Amino acid sequence: MDFAQIFNLTAGELIGVFTAAYALCALGLAMHFGYTGLLNFGQAAFAALGAYGYAFATLNLHWNMWGSFAFGILCAAVFALILGIPTLRLRADYLAIVTIAAAQALYYAFGTSQFAAVTGGSNGLSEFGTDFYGYNPIPAGRYNLGIITLSADEIWIRIVAWGLVAVVAVLLVILTRSPWGRALKGIREDEDAVRSLGKNVFVYKMQSLVLGGVIGSLGGIVFVLSSQTNQPSTWVSNFTFMTWTVLLLGGAATILGPIVGSAVFFMFLMFTQTFLEGLVNIGALPFLSIAQVGQIRYLLVGLFLMLLVIFRPQGFFGNKKEMQFNG
Amino acid sequence: MANTDNSVIAKGAIEPGCAKVDPILVADNVTRQFGGNLAVNVAHLEIPRGKITALIGPNGAGKTTLFNLLTGFDKPNTGTWNFEGKNLAGVAPHRVARWGMVRTFQLTKALSLLTVIDNMRLGAQNNPGEGFFKAFVKPLWAKQEQEITERADVLLKRFKLDAKREDYAAALSGGQRKLLEMARALMSDPKLVMLDEPMAGVNPALTQSLLDHIKGLKDNGTTVLFVEHDMHMVRHISDWVVVMAEGKIVAEGPPADVMKNQAVIDAYLGAHANDDLGTVSIDAIKEGN
Repeated sequence: MDFAQIFNLTAGELIGVFTAAYALCALGLAMHFGYTGLLNFGQAAFAALGAYGYAFATLNLHWNMWGSFAFGILCAAVFALILGIPTLRLRADYLAIVTIAAAQALYYAFGTSQFAAVTGGSNGLSEFGTDFYGYNPIPAGRYNLGIITLSADEIWIRIVAWGLVAVVAVLLVILTRSPWGRALKGIREDEDAVRSLGKNVFVYKMQSLVLGGVIGSLGGIVFVLSSQTNQPSTWVSNFTFMTWTVLLLGGAATILGPIVGSAVFFMFLMFTQTFLEGLVNIGALPFLSIAQVGQIRYLLVGLFLMLLVIFRPQGFFGNKKEMQFNG
Repeated sequence: MANTDNSVIAKGAIEPGCAKVDPILVADNVTRQFGGNLAVNVAHLEIPRGKITALIGPNGAGKTTLFNLLTGFDKPNTGTWNFEGKNLAGVAPHRVARWGMVRTFQLTKALSLLTVIDNMRLGAQNNPGEGFFKAFVKPLWAKQEQEITERADVLLKRFKLDAKREDYAAALSGGQRKLLEMARALMSDPKLVMLDEPMAGVNPALTQSLLDHIKGLKDNGTTVLFVEHDMHMVRHISDWVVVMAEGKIVAEGPPADVMKNQAVIDAYLGAHANDDLGTVSIDAIKEGN
C-alpha cells in the first residue's frame, strides 16, 4: 500500500476545487440557517442556477466571464425571491418543504430533453470556461507544489475558488457582527419579538435568503468551471445534504466552520477511498470490491456524523451555548 | 395605596366604553372570531394618555387577543382603531412599534441566544447599521451604536440587569427575563407601552421594583396599558381599570370604584376578593357564605 500517495491525495483535497465549492455553498447555508434560522433544503438548486446561468450566458448570449458570473448570481437571486415571497411569511417549516420541492423540480427541468436547447438536456453543458481560463496569468505547464502536481489551469481555478471563499468569509464576518446581523440572530431566536421591536422581519429574511442563495450560486459556478462541464446529475438532493453535512461538521453559526468542515469532509472522503482501496488491493478486505469502496465511505461519513451529533453537537467551531443541532 | 392621580380621566359619565378627556388609543367595533367563539367584541374603547390603565378579566376574556389585534399581530374580523389619530387597522406589527406603540408578551420572548446587551440594542429604532448595505461600513453606524449602547446600559442599571450584561438571555431567570423584555421595549422610547402580565412569574422581591419601574414610566410621560391578574398591583398603580369578560368591556373606572362594582365581582373577583384567604375558613366558602 502506497501511504505516501494516500497522504498526498488526501492533503490535495485541502485546496481542492470541490472543497472550495462546498465551502461556499455551506457558507450560504450558514447565512440561512445558522444566522437567520431559515431551513433551506434546496441549496443544490441555488448552486445549479449559478452553474447553468454562467454556462447559458457564455454559450447562448456570448457574454464574457464577468457578465456570465453576474448572470449566474442573478438567476439565484431571482429564484430566492420567487421562493421567499410566498413562504417567508409562513412558519419556518414551510420554507424547508418548498425549497426541497423546488430544488427537485429544477433538477428534473434541467435534465429533461424538452429544454435541451438551453440546458443541454441530460448531457448538460460544456466548454464554457474559455474566457475564464483566458484570464489565467500563470504560464502553461505543470507545477510541482510539493505534495501534488497541478497544471496552470488547475492552479488558476483554485486561486479563484479560494479567493472567493476568502472574500465571502470576510464579508460575512463583517455582516454578522453588524447591527444587521444582530437583527438576523434575533429573528432566529424569535420572530415575533423582533417584530414587536419595530423590525421588518420579512425584509430581513428575504435579504438573508437572497444573500445565502447568491453565495451558493458562486459555489455552483466554481464547481462546474473546474472541469468546464455542467451535468444535471450533479445537482441531486445529495448535493444539498452534503452541504448540510459540511455546515454541521464545522458549526452552523460560524464562518470558519463551513470552510474547515468542507476541508475535513473531502479529506475524509479521499482518505477512506484511497485507504480502503489500498486494503482491498492487498487482499485485507476480501468481502469488498473496489467498486463498493465508493459506497462504503459514505456509510462511514454517516457514522462520523452520528458521533459528532453525540459528542460535539455544535460542530468543530460552534459555540456550545449558541447554536446546536437542535437549532 | 390609593390612586394618586386625581386628574379627570373620563369625559362625561363613567360607563363601559366611555369617552376620555385625552385618549391616546381609540378602538371601535373590534371583533375577532375563532370558529364559533367571539373572542373579542369591543364596541368602543378609549385609553387615556399619560395614565396607567389596567385591563383585567377572567381567563379567556379576550385580553391578550385584544392586545394582539391592536398591535397588528392578529387580524380582526371587523373594526378600526387609531393611535394618536393615525389609523392602525391593518398596519403591520413592526410599523405599529415604530409609531411608538410597543408591547411585551405574556410568554416572555427574550432572545435566548443573544446577550442581554444585544437584546437591548435590538430594541432601539433607526439604527443605520440595521440596513443591509450600511451594515458593511462600520463608520456609518458606529456612533449611533455607541449612543444606543450607552442608553441600554442606563436602562440595564435601572432594571438591575447590569451585572448580566454579557450573559446570554437564556441564562436569566424567568423574572429577569420579564425585566429584560420590559427594558428592551423601552429602548425605543415608546409613547404607549402595552405589558401583557408583567408580574407573572416574578418573585415578590422583584415585584416592588417592577411596580416602581411602571410608575416611573408614567412620570416620564409614557402611557401604560397592562394586563394583570394580580389585584394588588392593579389597585396599587393603575389610574384606570378596564374590565373584560367574554370578549366585551363590562366595566371601567378608577380602581377603587371598579373593585366595588357588583358585575366585576360576579364576573371576576369573586365574593371573597377583599378577604385575606388566610382568615376565611374554607368551610365558609364551601357553604357559600
